[in-house]
Amino acid sequence: MKILVAISKTPETTAKISFTPDNKAFNTDGVQYIMNPYDEWYALVRGLELKEANGGSVTVINVGPPANDVIIRKALAIGADDAVRVNAEPLSARFVAEQIANHAKEAGYDLIIFGKETIDYSGALVPGMVAELLDLPFFSFAHYLEVDGKTATVTRDIEGGEEIAEAELPIVVSAIKGMAEQRIPNMRGIMMAKRKPLNVTEPVGTQGDVEIVAYTLPPEKSAVKLVEPENMDELVSLLHEEAKVI
Amino acid sequence: METTMKSSKVDKYQHHDYYLMDELLSEDHLLARDAVRDWVKREVTPIIEQYAEKAECPMHLFKGLAEIGAFGPSIPVEYGGGGMDEMAYGVIMQELERGDSGVRSMASVQSSLVMYPIYKYGTEAHRQKYLPKLGSGELIGCFGLTEPDHGSNPGGMITNIRDDGDAYILNGAKMWITNSPVADIAVVWAKDEAGVVRGMIVEADTEGYSAPEIHGKWSLRASITGELVFEDVRVPKDNVFPEIKGLKGPLSCLSKARYGIAWGAIGAALDCYDSALRYALERHQFGKPIGQFQLQQKKLAEMITEITKAQLLTWRLGQLANEGRVTPAQISMAKRNNVHMALQIAREARQIHGGMGITNEYPIMRHMMNLETVLTYEGTHDIHLLITGMDVTGLNAFK
Repeated sequence: MKILVAISKTPETTAKISFTPDNKAFNTDGVQYIMNPYDEWYALVRGLELKEANGGSVTVINVGPPANDVIIRKALAIGADDAVRVNAEPLSARFVAEQIANHAKEAGYDLIIFGKETIDYSGALVPGMVAELLDLPFFSFAHYLEVDGKTATVTRDIEGGEEIAEAELPIVVSAIKGMAEQRIPNMRGIMMAKRKPLNVTEPVGTQGDVEIVAYTLPPEKSAVKLVEPENMDELVSLLHEEAKVI
Repeated sequence: METTMKSSKVDKYQHHDYYLMDELLSEDHLLARDAVRDWVKREVTPIIEQYAEKAECPMHLFKGLAEIGAFGPSIPVEYGGGGMDEMAYGVIMQELERGDSGVRSMASVQSSLVMYPIYKYGTEAHRQKYLPKLGSGELIGCFGLTEPDHGSNPGGMITNIRDDGDAYILNGAKMWITNSPVADIAVVWAKDEAGVVRGMIVEADTEGYSAPEIHGKWSLRASITGELVFEDVRVPKDNVFPEIKGLKGPLSCLSKARYGIAWGAIGAALDCYDSALRYALERHQFGKPIGQFQLQQKKLAEMITEITKAQLLTWRLGQLANEGRVTPAQISMAKRNNVHMALQIAREARQIHGGMGITNEYPIMRHMMNLETVLTYEGTHDIHLLITGMDVTGLNAFK
């Protein structure tokens, strides 16, 4: 079974978020980056588990600049067999989806797995676009994925229950928590990753058709007001007049 | 045990890299460092306070340390190691000690004091027999040099071997041996009949071998420490390292371990600084965060200055180690400086945390107590000073 896992790079979860002076871009100064956890913990690990159970290979793909090689190496250290980096800034979902679909069309995969979204821009757009571009069935926000021969079973959370679906491979899946457990690369894996192929290709098509007008931060949380236990009247009036919840 | 001793505490640690030292590390080093950091956050932080409080060794971590490759990372892959360089070993030790000095000690001993001498001084048969199992954690090793009456003066050791045909008869006792009560094998240093120090592998199930645990430690409480007692233990001659004779054998192992400690101490210091910085920004007094007061800023500014200096020191030490040019005296300087630095930072960080600093809500007091051991084990603070003194003057102040 040939499996493709798409990985992206996101700021580390504790990074301080700020924007450039014109508010049109994320301020990257001093920001440390990680592999998007949904891609790493769920999509990649489930891909590896399926390969271990059924044979085959796991390729990872990333659309990004050379600085992304470190997260690609991490994916190889965790166990992916080879990697493709499309050498371009991932400026829009459509552009990224086109690059991934372009590669997948040539290489031919049985299964393409994504994390449900990146934790920075949270668009969750790319997996569906790739499925559409490749004309493949798409299962979003799945927490279970099993393959038996040529048939995949996918379980997704829906309001008040679960949806269990079956489809013939190839399919596209986006993974949420529960699909797999985080794997930490070991030292031998890190050393082996150096010898695994990381193929750099140039992008197709042109960059985005979307212009970012501005980013803003959410309003700061206001300070907590402490009310003495005996001042119940004050508490009630604050809840009524300021919080407006009663 | 594991479930009952797991806390829900979130490890908010963030790395501090004031001089952009990460740019001096390779991709492998960064991957190794981040992997161990992730492992510590997942496996060590949630349990370590409880184990330390109960003075119990988290035995299950031996397997985890083996799985991530913390045992023998710089031993070649064909012998079960990681095939990495000395810089990688350093960053691994830093991250482990960021979790706990005792956990770092578990890995230091296995790697530098057991696997390294077997690799360096053992026969091919020794390497084949022991190294893969030590790397995979199937075997736990310990290192016997220090004796009850011979710590800083190991040359005075009284543990000895007597020729008895196809074996040596080993007698004596070793003290302060990390991992000894749970070890399957011990690398032991003893004097032969000519008074020459020899190294050998002693299997724990040999008759006359015992390893009683030392209790009552207020430091490295999550690490198990014991004695090694040898009463007419028959050690096959094949188990003796053939070539290495004299103290340079054990001292070369200690150099490796001290190198790791120089890195490890930075980890403990970073954890204390990280916690103190966050606390200083969150804790309000007189209507503002205590981090806004000059005296707290002085503490924090001096901490990050000292950490940055130590990071530069160890990075250069790692480079020299990779090039095979590092001297034991250079390692002594870094071990002494960095451990003392970490201990001072733990004390300052404790003050910033106020009363909370003495509780197990924060890692400070545990690090501080651990570092009291680290200050004197693997060569005391004072002895390392004399090593530097001897190195620069050419005069020996030990005798």
